[in-house]
Amino acid sequence: MALLEVDNLKIQAMKDDGTPVPIVKGVSFEIKAGEVVALIGESGSGKTTISLASLAYTKPGLEFSGGEVRLHGEDLLTMDPLKQRDMRGQRVAYLAQSAAATFNPAITIGEQVTESAVLHGILSQEEATKRAEELYVALELPDPDRLGGRYPHQVSGGQLQRLMAAMALVGKPDLLVLDEPTTALDVTTQIEVLKAFKKVIREQGSAAIYVTHDLAVVAQVADHIVVLYSGEVQEQGPVDQIINHPTHDYTRRLMAAVRPTPTAGMGDDTEHGHGRSEAAIAARGITAGYGGIVDGEPAVTILRDINVEVERGDVVGVIGESGCGKSTLARVMAGLLPSARGEIVLGGKTLAPALKDRDRDELRKVQFVFQMADTALNPRQYIGDILGRPVEFYLGLTGQEKRKRVAELLDMVELPIAFAERFPMELSGGQKQRINLARALAGNPEVLLCDEVTSALDSIVGANVIKLLTALRNKTGVSFVFISHDLSTVGSFADKIVVLYAGRVVEQGPTDQVLSPPYHPYTRLLITSVPELRIGWLEDTMQTREAAAGIARGVEITAVGCPFFNRCPIAIPGTCQLEVPPVRLHGDGHQIACHHTLDEVEESEAGPQQILHGYEKPIMDDDAAKKP
Amino acid sequence: MSDTSANTEETGAAEKEVDTIDKFAELPDAPPKKGIKLSWVGKVSVAIVAAWVVVAFIGPWIAPFHEAEFIVDDSYVPSGGCPEMLEELFDLDEWTPDAITQYCTESDTILFLGSDYLGRDTFSRIIWGARTTIGISFVATLFAYFVGITLGIGAAVSGGWIDMVLSRFNESILSLPSIMLGLIAVAALGSTIPILIITAALIYATSVFRIARALGQDIMVQDFVEAAHARGEGLWWIITREVLPNAAMPLLTDFGLRLVFVILFISSLSFLGLGVQPPMADWGSMVRENMQGLGYGSYASIWPAVAIGTLTISINLIVDDISAKSGGSLAKKMV
Repeated sequence: MALLEVDNLKIQAMKDDGTPVPIVKGVSFEIKAGEVVALIGESGSGKTTISLASLAYTKPGLEFSGGEVRLHGEDLLTMDPLKQRDMRGQRVAYLAQSAAATFNPAITIGEQVTESAVLHGILSQEEATKRAEELYVALELPDPDRLGGRYPHQVSGGQLQRLMAAMALVGKPDLLVLDEPTTALDVTTQIEVLKAFKKVIREQGSAAIYVTHDLAVVAQVADHIVVLYSGEVQEQGPVDQIINHPTHDYTRRLMAAVRPTPTAGMGDDTEHGHGRSEAAIAARGITAGYGGIVDGEPAVTILRDINVEVERGDVVGVIGESGCGKSTLARVMAGLLPSARGEIVLGGKTLAPALKDRDRDELRKVQFVFQMADTALNPRQYIGDILGRPVEFYLGLTGQEKRKRVAELLDMVELPIAFAERFPMELSGGQKQRINLARALAGNPEVLLCDEVTSALDSIVGANVIKLLTALRNKTGVSFVFISHDLSTVGSFADKIVVLYAGRVVEQGPTDQVLSPPYHPYTRLLITSVPELRIGWLEDTMQTREAAAGIARGVEITAVGCPFFNRCPIAIPGTCQLEVPPVRLHGDGHQIACHHTLDEVEESEAGPQQILHGYEKPIMDDDAAKKP
Repeated sequence: MSDTSANTEETGAAEKEVDTIDKFAELPDAPPKKGIKLSWVGKVSVAIVAAWVVVAFIGPWIAPFHEAEFIVDDSYVPSGGCPEMLEELFDLDEWTPDAITQYCTESDTILFLGSDYLGRDTFSRIIWGARTTIGISFVATLFAYFVGITLGIGAAVSGGWIDMVLSRFNESILSLPSIMLGLIAVAALGSTIPILIITAALIYATSVFRIARALGQDIMVQDFVEAAHARGEGLWWIITREVLPNAAMPLLTDFGLRLVFVILFISSLSFLGLGVQPPMADWGSMVRENMQGLGYGSYASIWPAVAIGTLTISINLIVDDISAKSGGSLAKKMV
């Protein structure tokens, strides 16, 4: 008999006037002991709602309207509330999406991990602590003996995510519900977490529901896949069948939206016929950060000596892990954060570092597109007013002319003109992002600074936004600085790529050259960390020396040496951590900052996949641990 | 209303078009925003508050008597009593319901809610008092809002030492008990109506300041405000177009609550004898004046208390209803 059977489950919401709106429309699937079932679909597909139903829980405003959820043959939905409470956290455990939001910053990790098991009376405090320590070892967390005494802010995001798994597993649940546990993580951290989850689920023998929208991740961890759209099962079957022989249209569309592995030649080859003489915008020797500036050094330095040029009509992709300073670079260009040293040059003219000292025409030419369209659009203004204001402000158009331009802008981002009379709240995430873009385009800018504009969107919607950006670039000839942590998105769209690490440019050049050898060791790590839509990819990747050396190490922003030193498989001890690496040129504008010559780098890449030099640094981020 | 329905039809058609292009079109994040629908409790509360507001406006024309007019010679005449009854019966014990029916059904000067301690008509005084109590409180709250929002949003937007000075000053006033502060101000400056209004306004401006500043700070860090900054907008635009519209809903909800506090504050001052001065009728002072009547079984001090209760509780219920419908996060900021 299956461990959990979801049988014709129906969940509905109630409108104000009392008419029910179905959210989940008769979903059935089952989970056998020790099996991982993935619920996959985009936002609004009901995947989280269904996964919560396995705890007999619905979000406020929703109610069960039919069907059964049976755990060991016993219906959870009609169970006595007291028994439901016992079941939750004991027999079924839930892992929320954001570990950072789940942990209480004021209580030690050990106490939080063991709390539920002790509270339910399954284990005594000593037994629970012992079991937690076993789990830390199983999850490959560093320093398992003392980890329990630390506070959440003293460990990294990936470690916190794994600690959440420990929290769920302490009470030896029969079923684990994981809600998008790796979605918010960088690719390198994602690998580390996926690997730990997979191992611990296998060792502990518990079954799991894995909720995600990312098919490539599912291919690594799931045994069985349920594809959902709009509260209905579109297709379900073993992972091999769904990944390799999808039969349903929607599954195929999800597959098509999976990011390809970044390789040379993936970008579009259109020649834009721009003269490669003048840069549209350039950053020269930029050092920037937060806090008071003393002698050109900010209190906290985020960017150090950045040189980047964006040619007219070009798309320059800026990539790196979170915290590398890529958004800060765009903010410095826009003048939102004045730089401590260096200058921003727009069409041959040096711009004032601070926004308030730039004139209106300079402001018009450089436009910033914010990451989250949800917060970047004023919820109390009509779309027509949101787009109309920059038209009026920069172009001086009013009345009929303004309305005409607004209609033009809506048309440009492929939205109906009637949207002008809507509020942002009445639009979907992708539509809001289009409005966000249209606002930036309103004043005919020369440079668009796009900060992670597709990161918060579902894969299909994000792919459509990229298509739109490509069309806009061809139509308007505007230059883009496209910031993303997602190498494959950047690779498919950018003419030039800038790789940032800990506030410094480690590699930059034309897309094809950056995505082909020789690579900077960090670029190589990023490329190998992008999940592939292939069963067994995770195991293969973990064999490589990049993964062994570079994953799950703390990032340090340093003034001396190469910041990548402690994660680099080919680091030269004694040199790399002390001296700033020289910038080596390779062909047309391709620069790599490394102490190795490019031949040495290329040779090491071709060579045997092993760690040439084992730099033994404790995985725990020491700096973080020292914080009060 | 017909305009909006036409619009939704139009956009509905446009959406259908999008649907046919894209079979798996994305769903909007939130359903289209509808007007706030009140529960039946909310509707009853609105009716009560509206009735009191109407009374405050037309009170002097509908009240049977003037607020300062002595109708009968005896104090604490029971509800429904009349001068004719008093001519025959002199003793309190004789004013029974039977006696009232006997003497007063024909009378043309019936005291619906009886008389107060000076023999004035309680019913008329409550109607007159509505104007004083609601009027003073409303003007004082408006004034408190003007001062509180201007300084609060100003502090949030400018930050730095301006924010520092204003906030610390505000906190020092906030730390003093409001009734004490009011007593001192009125005792020193005299209890005229303008002084009462200004005192109440300044005392309650401190809490408005805190809410406005907190809301302002929340909104100032939103991306759309930064977008306006990046566009090159001036401070005035940012405050009036970006910050205030987003603070309006929580501030409006709070206005109701604040009004209640001011009504209670003015009533408390009057109750202590330092508020509205006789012979003007005011609900708070009416409660105090007629307290002794409770000993004689008179309801003369209960009726104005009921008036205060119905008004303040109704406003509270409306506020609860609105903030429950417009999302809990707003309600939390109210406290």
